[in-house]
Amino acid sequence: MRTITVVGASLAGLYAARELRAQGYDGRLVIIGAEPHPPYDRPPLSKDFLTGKADEDQLALSDAEETDELAAEWLLGVRARALDARGRTVLLEDGRTVASDGVVIATGACARRLPGPSLAGVHTLRTLCDARALRADLAAWPQRVVVIGGGFIGAETASSCVALGHDVTVVEAAPLPLLPQLGADMAAVCAGLHARGGAELVTGTGVAALHGDATVRAVELADGRMLPADVVVVGIGATPNTGWLAGSTLALDDGVLCDDGCVTALPHVVAVGDVARVGAARAEHWTSATEQPRVAVRNLLAGHTAETVRPLPYFWSDQYGSRIQFAGRRRADDTVRLVEGSPEEGSFLAAYEREGHTTAVLAVDRPRPFTRMRRGLLAAVPVAA
Amino acid sequence: MIPVCRLEDLPAGESVRVDTTPPIAVFNADGEIYAIDDTCSHQDASLSEGWLEGCLVECPLHAASFDLRTGRPTCLPARRAVRTHRVSVDDGTIHVHLVAEEGSAA
Repeated sequence: MRTITVVGASLAGLYAARELRAQGYDGRLVIIGAEPHPPYDRPPLSKDFLTGKADEDQLALSDAEETDELAAEWLLGVRARALDARGRTVLLEDGRTVASDGVVIATGACARRLPGPSLAGVHTLRTLCDARALRADLAAWPQRVVVIGGGFIGAETASSCVALGHDVTVVEAAPLPLLPQLGADMAAVCAGLHARGGAELVTGTGVAALHGDATVRAVELADGRMLPADVVVVGIGATPNTGWLAGSTLALDDGVLCDDGCVTALPHVVAVGDVARVGAARAEHWTSATEQPRVAVRNLLAGHTAETVRPLPYFWSDQYGSRIQFAGRRRADDTVRLVEGSPEEGSFLAAYEREGHTTAVLAVDRPRPFTRMRRGLLAAVPVAA
Repeated sequence: MIPVCRLEDLPAGESVRVDTTPPIAVFNADGEIYAIDDTCSHQDASLSEGWLEGCLVECPLHAASFDLRTGRPTCLPARRAVRTHRVSVDDGTIHVHLVAEEGSAA
């Protein structure tokens, strides 16, 4: 291969570029990024960056030395608009084209928004620009902040807003936040972090409308309640960025469909990170974005699926001074057993079990035994045929 | 020079955090005692709570791995070394010498 193009200057895109060089590819390497910034780390955006503990330079994923070593052509601040039917030419929105022998799709996902006109004071939190804008709005305080969505972004943002001195309400449509991820018992425990941290949690009701003239003034809930708001953060999930692939021959269905080795129906096109649906699953985890590129690049360079990923979902979240870590795949009927500590003391380790096997593990401020159990789960992940 | 604990209170495979500023992590790696800065150079996590295997400690948050002898990361996502500190055992007590030796930048 003489030219490989990585579409998406993201965490997964950068890891793919690193892997290409590490695995011996010495041809032309083009990296296309829709955002103007070089690759940066997103997890701190809702935490240390929002509270001002970390600045933009600390978000950088790479440095000048590595950038030199990668010897890539960076096309930043320009969006990919299409991939031709053969998967050989990437068309950019400014009309340029990049002819490629191999393509790594790493275009990520974008934050889902609420329908309706856009009002000042209403934010999503996904990109550095989003985080800058929210940070600026939070600089004046105290403000009434309503966070819509009690998932990780919502909970972390709420926690940061409380730390900044704001009056915070979290609205979750489901009976509990994180219900699908953690199950009812553990979701209830984690929901308790909001109250302990000083945020109000409203569950079981969706949002009917946002009110305001040019600037948001209130959030109207589906049950008729009206929550006054100066700042609204919408954290209701993300949609994979596949729109630009609409004219290609690639199969798209909540992500770019890939086999277990991150390879699409075209052997010279692979996909990694939030945009990739690998096997039958799409994961929006930092860990997937860093683990998939090694396998994807190996298969891209081999020209076929020589290796498959062995995913063990892992995510963490820092909220109200507590660190939540979860690994594994729980099913609805798994039983939960407390292994160490207790929710009352604020630190515990819990195992999800089925037929005598551990399927998943959850820890709040128990990193060491969590790591031990996570490694045990990892060793038990079967190698896909 | 800061006393850490009795040698017998830090068996092989164990680690302890010293609440200096910045905090330091002391490890017993198969009988050899090492001290490095406790905070992972990638993101805020305590290496004393990491996974110790031989002379390597794996960060409990994102699995960056550091060589206790040099402080250098052996894999991503960490790219910067953590500082190493000299340790000694006097009369059965482990001491950390706070004259920091810069872990050379990898």
